[in-house]
Amino acid sequence: MRQALMLAVAAAVAAVAPWPQAMAQTEDPVAADFDKFRAIMEEANPAELFEAKGEQLWRTPRGPKNASLEQCDLGLGPGVVKGAYAQMPRYFADVDRVMDAEARIVHCMITLQGFKREDLAKKPFSSATKTPDPVSITTYVAAQSAGMKLAPQQTHPKEKAAYEIGKEIFFYRAGAYDFSCASCHGVDGQRIRTQPLPNFTRPEQAIRAIQGWPGYRMTGGVMHTLQWRLNDCFRQQRFPEPDYASEMMSALLTYLTVNAQGQEYKGLGIKR
Amino acid sequence: MRLGLAAMMAAGAAVLAACAALQSSPRDGALALMQRDFHAEGIAGMDRLKEDDVQAACNKYKDSPPAELDAKLRGKQYAGVKWPADGKLLGDWKAGEKIAQNGRGMTWRDKGGVGGGCYNCHQIGPDTTSFGTIGPSLYQFGKLRGYGTDIQRYAYAKIYNAKAYNVCSQMPRFGHVGALTEAQMKDVTALLMDPASPVNR
Repeated sequence: MRQALMLAVAAAVAAVAPWPQAMAQTEDPVAADFDKFRAIMEEANPAELFEAKGEQLWRTPRGPKNASLEQCDLGLGPGVVKGAYAQMPRYFADVDRVMDAEARIVHCMITLQGFKREDLAKKPFSSATKTPDPVSITTYVAAQSAGMKLAPQQTHPKEKAAYEIGKEIFFYRAGAYDFSCASCHGVDGQRIRTQPLPNFTRPEQAIRAIQGWPGYRMTGGVMHTLQWRLNDCFRQQRFPEPDYASEMMSALLTYLTVNAQGQEYKGLGIKR
Repeated sequence: MRLGLAAMMAAGAAVLAACAALQSSPRDGALALMQRDFHAEGIAGMDRLKEDDVQAACNKYKDSPPAELDAKLRGKQYAGVKWPADGKLLGDWKAGEKIAQNGRGMTWRDKGGVGGGCYNCHQIGPDTTSFGTIGPSLYQFGKLRGYGTDIQRYAYAKIYNAKAYNVCSQMPRFGHVGALTEAQMKDVTALLMDPASPVNR
């Protein structure tokens, strides 16, 4: 099944994306062709399978406390899922900190269902054989904000502080290669190899940090969330590894999401 | 009485310090959070979060340090360039091409340095169209600049430590951090400087 899909994908790429002869321009044809291809694939995005699994996980009593997540408060009241993803990260009084969607879901799995943080954080990212439950649940929650405008909260002092701290993290150069997030994502019109690099400091481009996640990645055939995306960015930044669903990640996501506020979140994505 | 006053002053100082911590700058907040919410993985230790003098200056001055500091840092970086003991700066351009193509190395999944990842950011040889645009094109590097010793030394030192010339350059310091070996840097220098390299044909 997966092999068949990958073959279909390869054929489709070959059909719509002839390899370019020269690509000195920033608006390169590979990216444009891939956007077309992505639009076709979104018609039947495998991400929907994970959304369905996530919904089931949300509703089923599970864990040591045998509870469902239907009392989980994602910021709009216990159990309200519709629109919640588009309004995170936000401040949660019960933990006195800002949380992004996946961090909040992990929190609910710990407090309501009795799962242990160290178990959830041990292997938090999807492999070819296993998709962690928080990934599926985040996929379900995100899909219920499709078509809504991003409206991360910026009223509580800690929400404003998270934005400023996230901005500092974004521009902080360190590590073996002296990179910051901004090394790749702070300038207009740059490319790494053939991959265009959006400038996340600009509102109209910052949406590309959020849009398409959670997304189904055709390379390897796995479902990934923003937690994975930022983790892999830090890996390639040659930094140490960020803690899964940590406050630091929520702060960086606050910076990125606030920069994109007001733009439409189109829902689950598909990635090469 | 005097003791009481001293105690009150000490208590007051403690309260002030606590307030300062609560209202710490975003930078202090970010540093504290990063220190707490990253962990060492593989070869990527927590020491990587600590700024050296170049990184500190670029962070503090948003990549434009004052001229005097800029010159001082550049001088220090240049002084740290270790020149090949045999005096030869050009290796094998064919090996250099492989190193330029290879973007692996220095992440927590690697054992150490591997490649230079040059094509990630630069146009170099004529046959690779999947090059990045973060750095300038290096196509015809030697042909345009000349093949003399000065340019050879410039190319080698730039690969060894880009900050010796441009202190807040986005280019990694491959020799300085040990991401490339002396032999690898010679090979990449040859890719740019050998008249026989496709870069210069």
